[in-house]
Amino acid sequence: MTIPSPTIPERERPQDYVLRRVTERRVRLVRLWFTDVAGQLKSFAISPAELEAAFEQGMVFDGSSIEGFSRIAEADMVALPDPETFELMPARNGNGSDDVSARMFCDITAADGTPFDGDPRGVLRRVMDRARAAGYTFYVAPEMEYFLFEPDRVDGRPVPLDAGSYFDLTTADIASDIRHRTLNALETMGIPVEYSFHEDAPSQHEIDLRYADALTMADSVMTFRLLVREIAFEHGVHATFMPKPLAGVQGSGMHTHMSLFADGRNAFSDFGSADGLSDVARGFVAGLLSHAREITAVTNQLVNSYKRLIAGYEAPVAISWARSNRAALIRVPPTRNEGEEATRVEYRAPDPACNPYLAFAVILAAGLKGIEEGYELPPETPPSITGYSDHGGPAYGHHLPASLDEALDEMEGSALVAETLGQHLFRWFLRNKRREWSSYQAQVTQFELDNYFAAV
Amino acid sequence: MYAVHPAAVSTELAQFLDLGGYAWKPVATTADVTAGAPPEGWAGAIIRLGGGDPNSESAGGGSGTDAAWAVARALREHAAATLSVLVLVRGNALDELTMRDELFDDFCLDPFHPRELEARLAHLAATSNGGSTEIITYGPLRINFDTYEAVVDERPLDLTYMEYELLRFLASQPGRVFTREALLNQVWGYEYYGGARTVDVHVRRLRAKLGEENADLIQTVRSVGYRLGTYRWR
Repeated sequence: MTIPSPTIPERERPQDYVLRRVTERRVRLVRLWFTDVAGQLKSFAISPAELEAAFEQGMVFDGSSIEGFSRIAEADMVALPDPETFELMPARNGNGSDDVSARMFCDITAADGTPFDGDPRGVLRRVMDRARAAGYTFYVAPEMEYFLFEPDRVDGRPVPLDAGSYFDLTTADIASDIRHRTLNALETMGIPVEYSFHEDAPSQHEIDLRYADALTMADSVMTFRLLVREIAFEHGVHATFMPKPLAGVQGSGMHTHMSLFADGRNAFSDFGSADGLSDVARGFVAGLLSHAREITAVTNQLVNSYKRLIAGYEAPVAISWARSNRAALIRVPPTRNEGEEATRVEYRAPDPACNPYLAFAVILAAGLKGIEEGYELPPETPPSITGYSDHGGPAYGHHLPASLDEALDEMEGSALVAETLGQHLFRWFLRNKRREWSSYQAQVTQFELDNYFAAV
Repeated sequence: MYAVHPAAVSTELAQFLDLGGYAWKPVATTADVTAGAPPEGWAGAIIRLGGGDPNSESAGGGSGTDAAWAVARALREHAAATLSVLVLVRGNALDELTMRDELFDDFCLDPFHPRELEARLAHLAATSNGGSTEIITYGPLRINFDTYEAVVDERPLDLTYMEYELLRFLASQPGRVFTREALLNQVWGYEYYGGARTVDVHVRRLRAKLGEENADLIQTVRSVGYRLGTYRWR
């Protein structure tokens, strides 16, 4: 029986809505999430009884134990939950409603309430605010790639699912069950996906997330990584976002499609121009190309990231852009048939092990710089050119950094990255990553043993 | 205050109402529904099909019920969400109820037993929560404005605040097409900075949570905007 048109009652504040939902759904635990500088998800749980206070005053925690948060003077940090990010966690294995829990992302402040400059979410917020002041909202849609492996390594090496006989079920059944569960969990947590899947390497999977503003998307990427790993774990499988887990096959990237919207219209689109791109899009792409080397340490932050960025595995190497060359660092997909809303550019460098808040922040900052300063867009790479060497003249004379070391050198000299990340986070990142590089350099690798031990 | 139609109330119904402590008032015509409404609004309505005397031969079906249904419809239009309508109907006239689901909330066989009628009225009063519960139902979707609960196919939807506000707004006027700008202004507010694409993002998230089977509850009207469902139901 339908009852038409009731009067709509006055709206409550978002936090009141959350408090009611917690009661209605009998939520037992509310997880407060934030992200450390390295991009690891941090969580602490509070009871529903503490929630109201958490909204009013935030929850105090000891920041000295969090990577990149430590500052001598102020160990006490405050996590302020963002009520708009309240989502119920999917029930494990779908059984029972006993352990109903929910999560909210938090913004981090110092004890006196000032935003903490080491909070990656705050860094992205600040760049988005700057874009907004110029009239733009930044939308992104990443393609998330990852591998599924057997739970244990053999002789220290990962074993792709397809290669093992560990399971009674065929690996295809397991992989498709995991995929199904993952998609369901994502959609019920409000993370829509594009239904396009392919595996380029054994046991590799790709799930494309549907565009959202960059802050929401960074939250979604953090949720995505957790869900994928947890669901795989429940199936006795190990999921990894390591950029290059296997030598000799493609690595995992996080190709990121992006666009700027202004006044509800796609600011990248200009169907009146020869290539459908607006001057804003040209400036953005030019900015990203100019600063690509400086931001790579952030978009590709592991020693291992640079094992992916080599020629021959569909990963970008040369700093270039193109409409019809899929090897270019920045690709402009043909979208004329999809309408002006679909006009976008795809940045192919990032990998899924990045800190998504910081990665989206430096990408946006580089693009905005190109728009503000009116950078000239170099000519595009012709369709035929692929690979690593210096093709086609001066415009293509640059390559992405070949190692974390080289990327950190580039970052250290970048006023753009320093300004975007803020001094605290900028310095901590460099210090921490230099240390990572030094300990890598102290290793003697299998390659060296295989090639030199007997020969010299 | 109960509205009772027809105005010529039979002795046993009047006795039942008075003895049970129900405040009531006869409603003769559709005009009385609004004109005669008490300041606090009708608490409910009892409509006896086919006239005042269930024992007379002419009571029951036929053209004699048109006025009664017209009053029922008027009551629905007057205060649809808060007002429960109970119909008294003779056993040989149950056909009258077919295709008129939307005009009443419950019925009681006539001649009625006072105990049954009392129980049904009490149940109606309880389920309508004294007239304060606001519920929207559309196909598989049900939204309770008081508890913030949204349910699709009896499965609770766990929505974020803005997803809930958007769904609530669309569902308040099913079938009506809203432009993205209108939704942005009315749901997010003028000061919101995100631009109309915010609406697309949230619609997409809502559809994901509604599930594949119900994703088309929210329809895209090309180059105009969005609407809930396909038609207005009045």
